[in-house]
Amino acid sequence: MKLILHIWRQKNQASPGKMVRYEVEANEHMSFLEMLDVLNENLIAKGEEPVAFDHDCREGICGSCGFMINGVAHGPLPNTTVCQLHMRHFKSGDELYLEPWRAAAFPVIKDLVVDRSAFDRIIAAGGYISVATGSAPDGNAIPVRKQDADLAMDAAQCIGCGACVAACPNASASLFMAAKITHLGLLPQGQPERKERVLKMVAAANRELFGSCTNIGECEAVCPKGIRMEFIGRMNRDYLNASFTYQEEKEMAGVG
Amino acid sequence: MSAAASTFAQKAQSHRFYDSTIGKKAVMAVTGAILFGFVVVHMLGNLQVYFGPEKINAYGELLHSSPGLLWTARLILLTSVVLHIVAALQLAALNKKARPVGYVRKKNIASTYASRTMLVSGPIIFFFLVYHLLHFTTGQAHPNFRAGDVYHNVIAGFQQPAASIAYIVAMILLVNHLHHGVWSMFQSLGLNHPRYMPWLRRFSAAAAILIGVGNISIPVSVLAGLLQ
Repeated sequence: MKLILHIWRQKNQASPGKMVRYEVEANEHMSFLEMLDVLNENLIAKGEEPVAFDHDCREGICGSCGFMINGVAHGPLPNTTVCQLHMRHFKSGDELYLEPWRAAAFPVIKDLVVDRSAFDRIIAAGGYISVATGSAPDGNAIPVRKQDADLAMDAAQCIGCGACVAACPNASASLFMAAKITHLGLLPQGQPERKERVLKMVAAANRELFGSCTNIGECEAVCPKGIRMEFIGRMNRDYLNASFTYQEEKEMAGVG
Repeated sequence: MSAAASTFAQKAQSHRFYDSTIGKKAVMAVTGAILFGFVVVHMLGNLQVYFGPEKINAYGELLHSSPGLLWTARLILLTSVVLHIVAALQLAALNKKARPVGYVRKKNIASTYASRTMLVSGPIIFFFLVYHLLHFTTGQAHPNFRAGDVYHNVIAGFQQPAASIAYIVAMILLVNHLHHGVWSMFQSLGLNHPRYMPWLRRFSAAAAILIGVGNISIPVSVLAGLLQ
C-alpha cells in the first residue's frame, strides 16, 4: 500500500517548523510506527534527517508514543496507542497529516517529539502516596471494597501519554490529573494526603499553563486507556471539598 | 518546612480557590445555575401573555409591587451575570495561552456543536440581554413603549419583524448555550455519577429546547396574528 504523509518537521525547539510531504510504500501488517521506520530507512538512505518520534515499548503500555493523525490523537482507532495501530486500518492512497501534540505546556523538541515533563512536575506535586519503607505489608491487611478497587484500577490505567491534552481545545490536563486523583483517592493508602494532593496537583497544572476543562469530552474519546470524564467530576468534587475543608499543617516548635 | 511548602501554605490562605481553573469553573457553574433558574421562571412568566392583557399586566405589577424584593433579585442576577462573564473571559484567555500553536488538521470526534460554541453563544446572548432590557424593561429601544402595559409592549414590540427575528435568533443561541451548560454545571461542581449523568444530559437538552420553544412561540404568535 502507498501512503502520502504530511509530517511536521521541526529541527529543534528554537527553529520554526513546517509540514513536509512524503510518500511511503508500506504493507498492512505493519504497525503505524513500523511504517514510519520504513520511511526513516528511506530517508537515511537518501542522506536526509529521519523523522523523530517518541516510542518505547510498542505494546501500548508505556505512554511514550503518540502524535496526531489527521487531527485525532493516536489516530482513528479508539482505545489504541499509535504503536498498536496497524496499517490495515488505512487504505492505499490515504493522505495522512502527522502533527505533534500542541500545547504551551508541551513544547516541541523535534518533529513529532514533545517535552512532557510538565506531567512529571504535576505528579511530583502530589500524585503519589507516602509509605513507610521496609518489609512489604500483608497482602489483604487493609480491606478495600471490590468496586472501589476496580474503579481505582480503571483510573490507574492512565499511561500519561498526553493525548487528552492534545485533543482538548483548551489543552487541559484535566483527564490526566483526574485519573491520578481518582486512582489514589479511592484507595485507603491515598487518604492521608488526599486533600493536599488535589490542591497541589491542580495548582501545578495551572502553573504549567494547561487550560481549563469545558466538559466537551474530546479527551475521553481519544484516551487509549479509556479513562472516563466521570473522573474529572470526581476531581472537581475532591478539589471543591479540599478547598473548603483543608487545614494547613501547624508548624511546631523545634520541628523543621 | 521547605520553601516550596511554605509558599503553598501562604497561598492557601488567600485566593488559591479562585486562582485555579476548577475554582473559576465552580463560579461559572453556580452563577450559571442561578441564571438558568431565572430563565425558567422568566419563560413561565412570559407564557402568561397567552391568557390576555389582564393576566400578564397583573403579573408585571406583582413583580413591581415590592421594590426591595425586585432589586434584591436584580442585584443577584446582575452579580451572577458579571461573575459568569468575568470567569468565562479569564478562562478563555488562559485557554488561548494554553495552545499558542494550533493544528493544521484537527478533528472533533466527541464534542457537541453546542459545547464548542459556548464562547460564541454566550457573548451574543449578552448583547441580546442589553437590547432586551432597553426594549421591554426601560423602553428606549421600543417604538411605542407604555410603562406598566406589558401586554401592549410585547405585541407592539414583536409586530416589528426585525425585533422578532433578533429575539428568535437569540433564543436559538440560548438553546445552544443551555444544551451544554445545564449538565455541564453539575460536572463542574463534581455533582456527577455514571448512573444519572446520561439522564442529566437528556434533561439539559429537553430543558433548553422547552425554554427555546416557549419563548420563540411568543414573537411567532404575534407575527402570525394569533396574539394582538
